[in-house]
Amino acid sequence: MSERAGAVVTADDLRGEVREFLAGHDPAAMDRLDFLRARFDAGLAWVHYPVGLGGRGLSRDLQPAVDAEFAAAGAPTNRPERNGIGLGMAAPTILAFGTAEQQHRWLRPLWTGEEIWCQLFSEPGAGSDLAGLATRAVRDPVTGDGGPWVVTGQKVWTSSAHLARRALLVARTDPDVPKHQGLTYFACDMTDPGVEVRPLRQITGEAEFNEVFLTDVVIPDADRIGAAGEGWKVATGTLMNERVAIGGGAAPREGGMIGSAAQAWREHPGLRTPGLHDRLLRLWAEAEVARLAGIRLRQQLAAGQPGPEGSAAKLVFARLNQEISEFETELLGPEALRYDDWSMRRPEGANFYGRGAGYRYLRARGNSIEGGTSEILRNIIAERVLGLPAEARVDTRVAWKDLPR
Amino acid sequence: MSQATQENTAQAGDLLYGEAETELRDAVRSLLEDRCGWREVLARTETAQTYDTGLWRALAADLGCAGLLIPEAAGGAGASYREAAVVAEETGRAVAPVPFLGSAVVATAALLAAGDDELLTALAAGTTTAALAIPFAAGPGAGPPPTVRIGAQRPGESGYPLTGTVAGVADALPADVLLVPADGVPYGLYAVPARDPGVALAPVVSLDMTRQLADVTLNGAPGRRIASGEAAQQAAAAALTAGAAVLAAEQLGAAERILEITVAYLKERRQFGRPVGSFQALKHRVADVWVGVTQARAAARYAAACLAAGRPDAPLAVALAKAACSDIAVRAAQEAVQLHGGIGFTWEHPCHLYLKRAKSASIGFGTADRHRASLAVLADLPGPPGGAAG
Repeated sequence: MSERAGAVVTADDLRGEVREFLAGHDPAAMDRLDFLRARFDAGLAWVHYPVGLGGRGLSRDLQPAVDAEFAAAGAPTNRPERNGIGLGMAAPTILAFGTAEQQHRWLRPLWTGEEIWCQLFSEPGAGSDLAGLATRAVRDPVTGDGGPWVVTGQKVWTSSAHLARRALLVARTDPDVPKHQGLTYFACDMTDPGVEVRPLRQITGEAEFNEVFLTDVVIPDADRIGAAGEGWKVATGTLMNERVAIGGGAAPREGGMIGSAAQAWREHPGLRTPGLHDRLLRLWAEAEVARLAGIRLRQQLAAGQPGPEGSAAKLVFARLNQEISEFETELLGPEALRYDDWSMRRPEGANFYGRGAGYRYLRARGNSIEGGTSEILRNIIAERVLGLPAEARVDTRVAWKDLPR
Repeated sequence: MSQATQENTAQAGDLLYGEAETELRDAVRSLLEDRCGWREVLARTETAQTYDTGLWRALAADLGCAGLLIPEAAGGAGASYREAAVVAEETGRAVAPVPFLGSAVVATAALLAAGDDELLTALAAGTTTAALAIPFAAGPGAGPPPTVRIGAQRPGESGYPLTGTVAGVADALPADVLLVPADGVPYGLYAVPARDPGVALAPVVSLDMTRQLADVTLNGAPGRRIASGEAAQQAAAAALTAGAAVLAAEQLGAAERILEITVAYLKERRQFGRPVGSFQALKHRVADVWVGVTQARAAARYAAACLAAGRPDAPLAVALAKAACSDIAVRAAQEAVQLHGGIGFTWEHPCHLYLKRAKSASIGFGTADRHRASLAVLADLPGPPGGAAG
């Protein structure tokens, strides 16, 4: 397992290491979790993570070769689709801000999928204005400093909360300072008796998300991520990862929602009108250009020239999903008046393609709200990319407790 | 990245700017910043010499931009549409009154398709400038039916007398040679000396005086045939495709520059006791323009990469790029006028140079709508059965 000092590790080297690992760990003969744990310990989980934490400190580009070699051998995966927040947001946050002890304690069960993570950020009173959140974390009055924290409040829009073992949590630890300064970041144990998860039914009829009620939830100080009062800095890091995760998917031509609309168009010549034709050509062109922009963004990252263009990707993706699904319902006409299923279900995530056009239309409305509204993203582009001055604000210099609510 | 993503990324070609492309950009920008400030551009629009022939010589001959697309064997730089697109981004940024698009791209592409080494060598040297006598608004496709007729060859003469008018030709005014599609037997593409007494170039009072159009009238002017029949059609079509792709890059450069000018103004202009750029109503509008520029850049680079590599996806790529870049350039310029308020509506401010360039270029070599309409075939999205749109 030792790295050859000074040698450049290639995809071929890693494929060889995977074959060597498989020779000693037969996936057909082993318990699934034991196999995944051993793969993590061999540094073949995510090669861009550090040695000792499932990786080898190599480039992220080498990971597909490793995954393909495991897949070819029929090895079990860690089912990444079930733990998107864990892998996409919690892991990078823990890596960037967690202590060595936290990294060793959390990252292995996170990667193997034994522990699903969710995100306890938004609140009924704090959506776009996340820094205004009101969930309180106070030191246990008996033990004081160094002792556990006691958390009370309400969180909302929490996907996977009903499946999660742990949560990324931002809570207010000091109401006497301005709002961005009084926040602290924690990992919350979702099995604590003070955690109550209720499904939150959405306009599609189902419940991808939850409300989470926290009542005197006890969090040991060892589960605090970053210093007390530094929660905003840590949360900002997590949110950047979220935007990359939501806006960044690459697909082949017609691989996204436009593919479903184009297919419906080709299959139903009788439904075509000149007006719809114009809209389809426009949407197809914009979707293809957005796909090319995604490819260009990846090329920039691969060339080590990360640009701010990523923040454009989610804005465009949200708008196009909405306009394309609107188009599709109008094209289908009478068929779109029927909805496939209003029953309350608990899917593990949005599934645009297994459902009808009505579902796509409704679900896409959320694309410009979840993970930062399109309006907040425009503010971010205007201020951080174009350097325009911030809006005059009344809420950044007064103590949080004195803000009108 | 997944395996599939890597393959996709490779299939699209390199959409970034290479080192040599960036060096070329720096050289062109430095020349244009030095010699082509917007005040000089504006002043020139009110003179008889609307094209800056001195600046064109420096760009064409000294920097070698005239011969970018021409093979080294014919005296050119042997570069590609990737480099030509970078130069166009810069001429767009500066709204430069030079015939780079008409001579070094459109006419050159026609000559490359027709295989005329003699003229290509002269163009590559930057000493001769050519223009394709097709209306600027033509495209996509092979252009409208020719409006010039071929007369009977006179005894003892090698050329053919050409007669007719082509209205609204871009970059014809500074041209030494006109490439004229002409009807008759056979249909062909002819090279005509622009200073011949049988040629009249009537300057048009143009929407965009930084690329002043001309009505070209031929009255028995001598034409040397450089392609005929199918080959001539293909040369015209290749020229219009190249023109649309590189004009898209020019529009991208113009959009990017007018957005910069607008953002700078929003930071500096104060009303209600604060910079107007701190108001969300204005911020969101420039953020949307910036998003549009990031999208258009990917489309323009893809079109240049496809033409450079001769990919079969080139016609679709060019349609996407011209549609995306036309829309964003016009939008960026219109937003610039609005977000500048009163000053943006005046003659003394550069906004209108960009607005007129953007609007005119959005019609040049095919509107966004015409290019999107071509996707009906290129992307298999046919119109209603029996309809004209199909």
